Amino acid sequence: MSNSTSEKIPKELFEPASTDNMDNELIAKPQLSFMKDAWLRVRKNKGAIISAVILLLVIIMAAIGPHISHYDAYAQDVTKSNLPPKIPGLEKLGIFDGKQEIGGVETDVYKQQNVKEYYWFGTDSLGRDLFSRVWLGTRVSLYIALLAALIDMVIGVGYGLISGFKGGRVDNVMQRILEIISGIPNLIVVILMLLILKPGIISITIAMVITGWVGMARVVRGQVLKLKDQEYILASRTLGAKNSRLLLKHLLPNLSGVIIINTMFTIPSAIFFEAFLSFIGIGLQAPRASLGTLIEDGYQTFQFLPHLMFIPCIVICIILIACNLIGDGLRDAFDPKMRD
Amino acid sequence: MSKKILEISDLHISFHTFAGEIKAIRGIDFDLYEGETLAIVGESGSGKSVTTKSIMRLLPTNNSEIKSGKIMFKDKDIVQASEKEMQKIRGKDISMIFQDPMTSLNPTMTIGKQIMEPLIKHQKMHKSEAKKRALKLLDLVGIPKPDIRIKQYPHQFSGGMRQRVVIAIALACAPKVLIADEPTTALDVTIQGQILDLMKELQKQIETSIIFITHDLGVVANVADRVAVMYGGKIVEVGTVDEIFYNPQHPYTWGLISSMPSLDEKNNELYVIPGTPPDLLNPPKGDAFAPRNPYAMKIDLEKEPPMYKVSDTHYAATWLLHPNAPKVEPPENIQARMRKFAKGVK
Amino acid sequence: MAQTEKLLEVKHLKQYFNQGKPNEVRAVDDITFDIYKGETLGLVGESGCGKSTTGRTIIRLYDATGGSVLYRGVNVHEKKSTSQLKVLHQKMQMIFQDPYASLNPRMKVNDLIAEGIDIHNLAKSNQERSEMVQHLLETVGLSRDHANRFPHEFSGGQRQRIGIARALAVNPEFIIADEPISALDVSIQAQVVNLLKKLQRDKSLTYLFIAHDLSMVKYISDRIGVMYFGKLVELANSEDLYRNPMHPYTKSLLSAIPLPDPIYERSRKRHTYDPGSHQYEAGEEVKMREIVPGHYVYCSEKEMEQYQANYITN
Repeated sequence: MSNSTSEKIPKELFEPASTDNMDNELIAKPQLSFMKDAWLRVRKNKGAIISAVILLLVIIMAAIGPHISHYDAYAQDVTKSNLPPKIPGLEKLGIFDGKQEIGGVETDVYKQQNVKEYYWFGTDSLGRDLFSRVWLGTRVSLYIALLAALIDMVIGVGYGLISGFKGGRVDNVMQRILEIISGIPNLIVVILMLLILKPGIISITIAMVITGWVGMARVVRGQVLKLKDQEYILASRTLGAKNSRLLLKHLLPNLSGVIIINTMFTIPSAIFFEAFLSFIGIGLQAPRASLGTLIEDGYQTFQFLPHLMFIPCIVICIILIACNLIGDGLRDAFDPKMRD
Repeated sequence: MSKKILEISDLHISFHTFAGEIKAIRGIDFDLYEGETLAIVGESGSGKSVTTKSIMRLLPTNNSEIKSGKIMFKDKDIVQASEKEMQKIRGKDISMIFQDPMTSLNPTMTIGKQIMEPLIKHQKMHKSEAKKRALKLLDLVGIPKPDIRIKQYPHQFSGGMRQRVVIAIALACAPKVLIADEPTTALDVTIQGQILDLMKELQKQIETSIIFITHDLGVVANVADRVAVMYGGKIVEVGTVDEIFYNPQHPYTWGLISSMPSLDEKNNELYVIPGTPPDLLNPPKGDAFAPRNPYAMKIDLEKEPPMYKVSDTHYAATWLLHPNAPKVEPPENIQARMRKFAKGVK
Repeated sequence: MAQTEKLLEVKHLKQYFNQGKPNEVRAVDDITFDIYKGETLGLVGESGCGKSTTGRTIIRLYDATGGSVLYRGVNVHEKKSTSQLKVLHQKMQMIFQDPYASLNPRMKVNDLIAEGIDIHNLAKSNQERSEMVQHLLETVGLSRDHANRFPHEFSGGQRQRIGIARALAVNPEFIIADEPISALDVSIQAQVVNLLKKLQRDKSLTYLFIAHDLSMVKYISDRIGVMYFGKLVELANSEDLYRNPMHPYTKSLLSAIPLPDPIYERSRKRHTYDPGSHQYEAGEEVKMREIVPGHYVYCSEKEMEQYQANYITN
């Protein structure tokens, strides 16, 4: 603590400064909407951004992949069956060169079977191009997962909103129904459903949705219960707002974070569940391909032709990890506790 | 005055957030003497809680940083202490009472266990011995029927009673320093009075020093021996309680005191400090209070004022105390207080 | 102030939660008071005494368990058509406690303030709407440029003013201020209180001011009601209440207000209130009685005589 009388300060500096022209209410920070703010936070999360890029690549490949290899995904050619991956350029490095160990001897299968073409991911036992099939399968898997997640979202959000907002007896009845549905193991429900419906994309989706929306409904209801006593809802009610306004203008926008996060986590679990169903043989039926059916096919010849199982496995892993990391990133970004 | 127990010098603390570096504490110095109560007052965001959390080294490790400065306690610099050393200090030499008695107790543990925990841990007491001491402590903080209460859980206590338990835990090891972070803010006025009386009473018995953080000047007037006024991450005025309330020198202190309505008179308009506290993301050049200061001078916008000495115990950081500064008239009720002071308060 | 016209009459209002169940809570237990046009009635009490519930029941956020609330002679709690309700919602408004929770974080200030305008179709065009909002912003001391920002960019005091602007948007006559300053810093409290006083003068508003900070309540209120566990225990002119508190609970409350005056604080004596001290006998009727004109206390007949005797000696 210094006593600085000795300091030389020009006298005119001690004239009163006018603070009138200073805006006391000025906000220095740039304008930020909630979504922009969240985006800034996601952007700082490297894992989420890399995952998003990878996921985007996978989606693009799922869209165009089957068309760029000029082999039809369904065309069978027994003369070209069970070929290992062979990629031009990379073959010179000693990987993906179409060679395979058969009986302890490294043989060039392509030469042996007299195949001139390159199959990037190899072929299966029926001689179908795995590259086309993997991306086709990814497309189907993603499609089922997105559809299931979307329907889950619509039903779950609607159910949760009504249950939480109405409260009282309505909530009580709706919750008991929900408990019953979630009490039945979903595998049983799905198997029964698939017995009635013909296995196919739509029927698998429906089977998954029947039990899938429960989680979303629960989360949304919990949030609504928390939010509906918030003072801004009360304020809106004292202004005479109708229920529709409270739901659409106040509750839904504030639930969007939770809904997005929850959907981001539903997608990978739906992909996994579809793969699981196909793997145990009650999912999509041949010749249709999904990642699950591909893994199931590959699994049978795993010891001789590992690529048939590994490649779809890697794709599914990439999708699951990417979705989860993006979900995590979004959760951090939307979490109000992280806001300053 | 008696011996210094805690010396804080040139402390700078920053938080790293998404938006950038928030300079929460921008160079503060103060001492705490044995047996005194030092009140730190300031608005939210002035850095009062951050200061005390840094003394306990309880700042979040992931985004906060003590940039520089020293916190000397018993010849040891707390800033440099290891986590292990801190664990020995916390609860034993320095303990803390938090604002919300509802969340500062563990709901799954009995009151007795929570009081005995520090005794067993720090003082290596035997369980039966610790229990005896816990009963005594509960009695000391004015909880009736301690032998029954000791087996109960926090939810069986009212807010005021819980805060008493929190105080009992904090005082279990007879700490040298007790930090009370707005301990009565969450309580009702009548309960607040009881807790304040209790703290003063216990302070005499245990001879501990108290750092009392609050934004309520009424509470400060009741408990404090000395007062430090914080604004924008700095201490702007420090002095004895009488000096601060009857002879304040900093315009911010003037504003704080004047903006409270007095009970006797029906005054027409409350004195208002215009505007809002500074954004510590980009602290303003010069005196942080200048934009809200009706007495601001040109120099306030250029340069931060140094601490000027008013008396041996009283310092204030305002250019108004510079010999070249013009004489200004403080608000009317401050002048009235000053007249009282001039007549000799004691 | 001509305190003749009654704006609001609260008669035997009751609000029980979990009625009939073992955990029944009598948040508001048979309270009666009037609010006159143009005045500020302060309502004080400790947390959980039912003061906020009273405010919320008056404005029909909760349905009353019993009793009635008459606004200009119209019972608020009767079944009403939407248009009647709309009128009530326009006349009665509320300001909330928590400046952080009372503004929807996903809405721009513009839309927040205009909510009432939208609901009641008060603006004919978008242009008129934004002009109204800007005018309201200026009324509460904020600038026009703030309209496009989101609530989280504002400080607590600024948010509270946005909340006030939202309530003002529908041109109310009567505003319930539910602890509007308890969450604010001291220097900001004065800003908000001054603003409320100014608005009252300019727009001849009537306030029900709910708070636990007695010094602020005394400052802003013409009359003050003291609540204790769901009951109104004392109601009087604010000067009178501070000078001549009669109910022992009021006395204890007044003796506990901390003042920024160290000399006074050193000599402070606290009264504690023991509800058992009344020693009401069976059959004794305990109710609000007028001790002196305009000063009501919740007491028995015997106590009333005592209070009256003490009042004269004061």
